[in-house]
Amino acid sequence: MNTVEKKLENKIDQQPSIPPPLGGAGGGELSGSQAVLEACIAEGVDTIFGYPGGAIMPIYDALYDYNDQLKHVLVRHEQGGIHAGQGYARSSGKVGVVFATSGPGATNLVTGLADAMIDSTALVCITGQVFAHLLGTDAFQETDVINITTPVTKWNCQVTDAAEIPHVLAKAFYIARTGRPGPVLIDITKNAQIQKFNYEGYIKCEHIRSYRPKPIIRKEYIEQAAALINQAKKPFVLFGQGIILGKAEKEFKTFIEKGGLPAAWTILGLSALPTDHPQNVGMLGMHGNYGPNVLTNECDVLIAIGMRFDDRVTGRLDKYAKQAKIIHLDIDPAEIDKNVKADVPVWGDCKETLPLLTQLIEAKQHKDWLEKFNAYTQQEIDIVIQEELHPKEGELTMGEVIHLLNELTNGDAIIVTDVGQHQMVACRYAKFNQSKSNITSGGLGTMGFALPAAIGAKFGALDRTVVAVIGDGGFQMTLQEMGTIMQTELNVKILILNNRFLGMVRQWQQLFNDKRYSFVDIQSPDYVQLAKAYGIEGQSVDDRALLKSAIKTMLDHEGSYLLEVMVGKENNVFPMVPQGCSVSEIRLK
Amino acid sequence: MKAEYTITVYTENQVGLLNRIAIIFSRRKINIESLNVSPSEAEGIHRFTVVINETEDVVRKLCRQIEKQVEVLKAYFNTNEEIIWQEMALYKVSTDEVAEKLKVERLLREYGARAVVIRKDYTIFETTGHREETDRLVEVLAPYGLIEFVRSARVAIIKASKGFHEKLKEFEAVEPAEELIENEFLDKADQVFTM
Repeated sequence: MNTVEKKLENKIDQQPSIPPPLGGAGGGELSGSQAVLEACIAEGVDTIFGYPGGAIMPIYDALYDYNDQLKHVLVRHEQGGIHAGQGYARSSGKVGVVFATSGPGATNLVTGLADAMIDSTALVCITGQVFAHLLGTDAFQETDVINITTPVTKWNCQVTDAAEIPHVLAKAFYIARTGRPGPVLIDITKNAQIQKFNYEGYIKCEHIRSYRPKPIIRKEYIEQAAALINQAKKPFVLFGQGIILGKAEKEFKTFIEKGGLPAAWTILGLSALPTDHPQNVGMLGMHGNYGPNVLTNECDVLIAIGMRFDDRVTGRLDKYAKQAKIIHLDIDPAEIDKNVKADVPVWGDCKETLPLLTQLIEAKQHKDWLEKFNAYTQQEIDIVIQEELHPKEGELTMGEVIHLLNELTNGDAIIVTDVGQHQMVACRYAKFNQSKSNITSGGLGTMGFALPAAIGAKFGALDRTVVAVIGDGGFQMTLQEMGTIMQTELNVKILILNNRFLGMVRQWQQLFNDKRYSFVDIQSPDYVQLAKAYGIEGQSVDDRALLKSAIKTMLDHEGSYLLEVMVGKENNVFPMVPQGCSVSEIRLK
Repeated sequence: MKAEYTITVYTENQVGLLNRIAIIFSRRKINIESLNVSPSEAEGIHRFTVVINETEDVVRKLCRQIEKQVEVLKAYFNTNEEIIWQEMALYKVSTDEVAEKLKVERLLREYGARAVVIRKDYTIFETTGHREETDRLVEVLAPYGLIEFVRSARVAIIKASKGFHEKLKEFEAVEPAEELIENEFLDKADQVFTM
């Protein structure tokens, strides 16, 4: 970029009301609404999830003419729309785009924004707003969307002048997808949508002076990190979604293979490394695997990559890996030292830092150390896993359903989970061969996430099988999105694991509240009938002998399919790190 | 240990940014003792001055969260020893009362006060200084019927700062200079890194 352009760029940053002075393709008179859609096309958007309403009508009117270039998916509730946008973003690695109207339309996005914020999902949400002259008058469907969404957006901005739209949207897409991704919301008043202005083309944003998406990599730290790893006897890698977001799966695999490093994942890191990789030692945290949790407090160097030491991962912080030197690789400087103090902070994009680190580490095999993980795995198999995956008698278990699903999909499906026991079981036992295959609400724990997210995930990866694994509680929160499936004739597999309880809360009530089952006994409608009403085939199964063929029927079915599996009412998820306990105090029963 | 920290934030001039910064404190239930927003030495760049009582660890984390905001260029935190600061206060008193009972001249001298307005019915004094200094004048005036009192937020200059002009140029560059990412670890490398 030459200096003249640079100056222009900065000028634009300071004065967003001036449209970009350099004309790109397609100049001329345009309405604000058309400019919104032109921006979407220029940013490579192919699918939009949304719901129309009064204040966003001009954009929907313009959309009528863009139907051949932009696919719009009409959802049944704005929350469904934004979760679909999240699912799309996570299965495709692109920015999810969501449209909603003002007032209730916009407030219905809030849960999804909070979810996308905590799970670092790139979204651009566009909300309609009342006319600018009505702002602050308590007009019909007016709400202060900018202030409501400020804590749950990476960036948000209100536009009242159509001429600002190209520049603001360019910023929005740039901010959403770069650095640590996150949701961006742009609120556009109705007058700005209608207003015609002299459109001078769309210029993609590549620099904002007050925003540094990536910290500069400091070689000193790479060297220090490598020195620590090279001297380590018991190095242990924890990886999170940063690997997937940074598209650094290959770099990561090379890194751990060269160093012979055992690696465990957070639930958002799941699928970044194939589950059957010999150095993949399993899941971290509250319902994670036995070995990774216990050995966190035994390793000598802990290498955390693209993860944020969530409390569900660390358990009690003052007893977390105190014996170990901590190396923390993250793109977000605010994550360093936030929860766990790093001895060596490696700020930067792991796509760039990992190869630098790999160069400096010695090729090693930590056989004895890896063997230790295997020994714990064996104990876990004996006490928990065998019974969960291969029960001989009694009620069906969630684990055996997931196990059969693995067998029948070969680990190639995208699995979208909701929140609760089924989520933990699915994450623990699902097999994945490729990245971006596990989609779940990890940070916020949003029940009702799975069905709409699965719809979005399918749109983001049309060639892949998408299975939404959902509990009977979560499914009832957003089941209206079966209407979206019906209308789009989408092929999404819905696998309800019905234990007739809000299972995770019940498990806690059993273990910690003396079995005082307070409002966890939840009734279900006839899901198969309900699905039928939406034109979705389905069946319910409670017999072990029929389970495998039922799952096969679901997967083989041409369109969407709902399979309800009646599982044990009072099964618990183990192992478990009880709240307030150290990771090494993990219980196997 | 908790202490008084002054946080200086350089930002773009953008609607809504005040809220974005304020909620970083309120979300963690941290009370803002004083908040001032003003232009800075660099054209178009705003400067927030926030005073809180917290531990250094918390303040450092807060600054990282503040810097994470898209429209924030830089956040610094300083102890009182590292800054020069002032607060301004206005005092409204009855002119009759002070003229009769107080030696106004002594007052002006001793407390560095200035009479901004003198009317028949009331007089307004102004002082600038640290909290203790402005408070002391309140005590002096209280017995004479202090009608109104107001104090401004703290404004502070960082003693060691070279200003933001040069920094801004670095921010404007697409490829930032090395110094841009200040990193306290690096300066204390031997303390945090031992093998």
